[in-house]
Amino acid sequence: MILTAMIILGVLVYIIGTVFYRGLPALTLDMVTKVPGGGFYLGKEGGVLNAIIGSLYIIFGALAISTVISVPLVMYINFYLPAKSLFASIIRFSLDILFGVPSIVYGAFGFALMIYLGIRASLLGGIITVAMLIMPLMMRSLDEVTRLLSRDLPDALLSLGATKYEMIKVILKQLIPGLITAILLAIGRGIGDAATVLFTAGYTDNIPDSLSSPAATLPLSIFFQLGSPVEEVQNRAYASAIILTVMILILSFSARYFSSKFSKHKI
Amino acid sequence: MRRLRVIKDKTARYLMVLIAIFTLLLLLVIGISLFLKAFPIMKEKNLWVLLSSSNWKPFKGDFGFLPFILSTLYVSLIAIIIALPFSILTSIYLNSYASRTVRRLFEPVIDLLSGIPPVIYGVWGTLTVVPLIAGKIAPRFVEFSTGYTVLAGGIVLAVMIIPLLISIMVEVFRSIPQAMTDASLSLGATKWQTVKKVILRKSFPGIIAAVVLALSRAFGETMAVLMVCGNITQIPHSVFDACYPLPALIANNYGEMLSMPSYESALMFSAFLLFIIVVLFNGLSRFTLNQIEKRYQFS
Repeated sequence: MILTAMIILGVLVYIIGTVFYRGLPALTLDMVTKVPGGGFYLGKEGGVLNAIIGSLYIIFGALAISTVISVPLVMYINFYLPAKSLFASIIRFSLDILFGVPSIVYGAFGFALMIYLGIRASLLGGIITVAMLIMPLMMRSLDEVTRLLSRDLPDALLSLGATKYEMIKVILKQLIPGLITAILLAIGRGIGDAATVLFTAGYTDNIPDSLSSPAATLPLSIFFQLGSPVEEVQNRAYASAIILTVMILILSFSARYFSSKFSKHKI
Repeated sequence: MRRLRVIKDKTARYLMVLIAIFTLLLLLVIGISLFLKAFPIMKEKNLWVLLSSSNWKPFKGDFGFLPFILSTLYVSLIAIIIALPFSILTSIYLNSYASRTVRRLFEPVIDLLSGIPPVIYGVWGTLTVVPLIAGKIAPRFVEFSTGYTVLAGGIVLAVMIIPLLISIMVEVFRSIPQAMTDASLSLGATKWQTVKKVILRKSFPGIIAAVVLALSRAFGETMAVLMVCGNITQIPHSVFDACYPLPALIANNYGEMLSMPSYESALMFSAFLLFIIVVLFNGLSRFTLNQIEKRYQFS
């Protein structure tokens, strides 16, 4: 049993190690500061700044949408509905299912939605689709933290004559570490996913300048560079993979830090 | 002043109800819109023919999904077969044997494994698993293999679903009352006997639910599998054949299908198929897991 646990640990180290080993030689400052130049996919100069910026635009856009929807929803099912409400458990159940829906299905749905609305592959399309992808995760993880919150605080606030809306504003302050953890988890899932943005955000060598222009993303950039027969371009795919992995590592550790901070101050 | 507070409160409440209904509808809307998109092809062709024919010539109007469905099944099954022993043994270890410190040290490992993006798994797969199969494993069994095979897809997927399996199984094992294991131990059973006769038996439904959940995750995984499994339309006859799972089919052909309505409808049909299977599997296993959690919360 210790052996299997060690093997799992070993595989993790192996994965990260392989990516770093192959990518580090190709990782230059140009990679993160330049957009692809002419002939980039034939091994000429340039970097993946377009994809880094594109990924960041999409994830922050998606985050804004999904936070605005998630926070009220979680407050509603926790503080407006009665403790053992059937409606709340139905919502939680459907969130669990939504969480399991594969990202390629979100991609296909987002694409169908965009055709229906007449939007072409663009930053906006990517933002909407990724927002749908990360919403269930954000809601469920925020919900878990909110359920741990002691019921005394809301009761005290209500007995002082606060309206429920005013009560929520106070409670939200208590929930900030939990919210940050939820946001970091959502970023981690959204930023690494390629299947959702494949048809909805498109791909371009430029940094998107408006919501309706297509946007490149880091995972897709890795995928396309890896498909090139030129070895230098493949090496750059590994370098881009390092950039993505480092982003995920930072996110994961800060999520852990914030969630441990939260449990320390739990009432 | 007082009025304003009440109005604010009421507006907030109605907005929240709206959002709750919207979230609830999202699942339905996704299902219905995929169904509507898939409807033309289902009307045109017999559903059974679509699912059981292996004749895939989209530009002649032949859509047989059997190779893709079988590829998806094979890859996922291999992934489960590889992942299950590792996950069960590791979860037992974490639950019954490991000290608190080891358990806490292992948490970030699981977190990281589940946080690594599919594309990175794909890169790792092409760098290590594929050459390993092509160079070392396959030559022992077959004459030639490119390495981009069912087996490669299965191995990469196995690593991807292990964190999911472990985190659910640890939860399931934890839900077994301490009194039950204590009773077994005090009767003189060894730790391993307790694990085998009490913990594993008691948590059997939970383990099944975890497996089903992991299967549905494996069905839908796109990028990583697409990068290592070869993408050749055929029914794979051995684990050293290339295969072409459903999600990869959607991802690879989305660009070119717009010119043909029936092609688009066919791809949407595969998305709909995935959606239905995943929702069913997820629904069943989440339901089981919720029941387990509830049963032990109040006992």
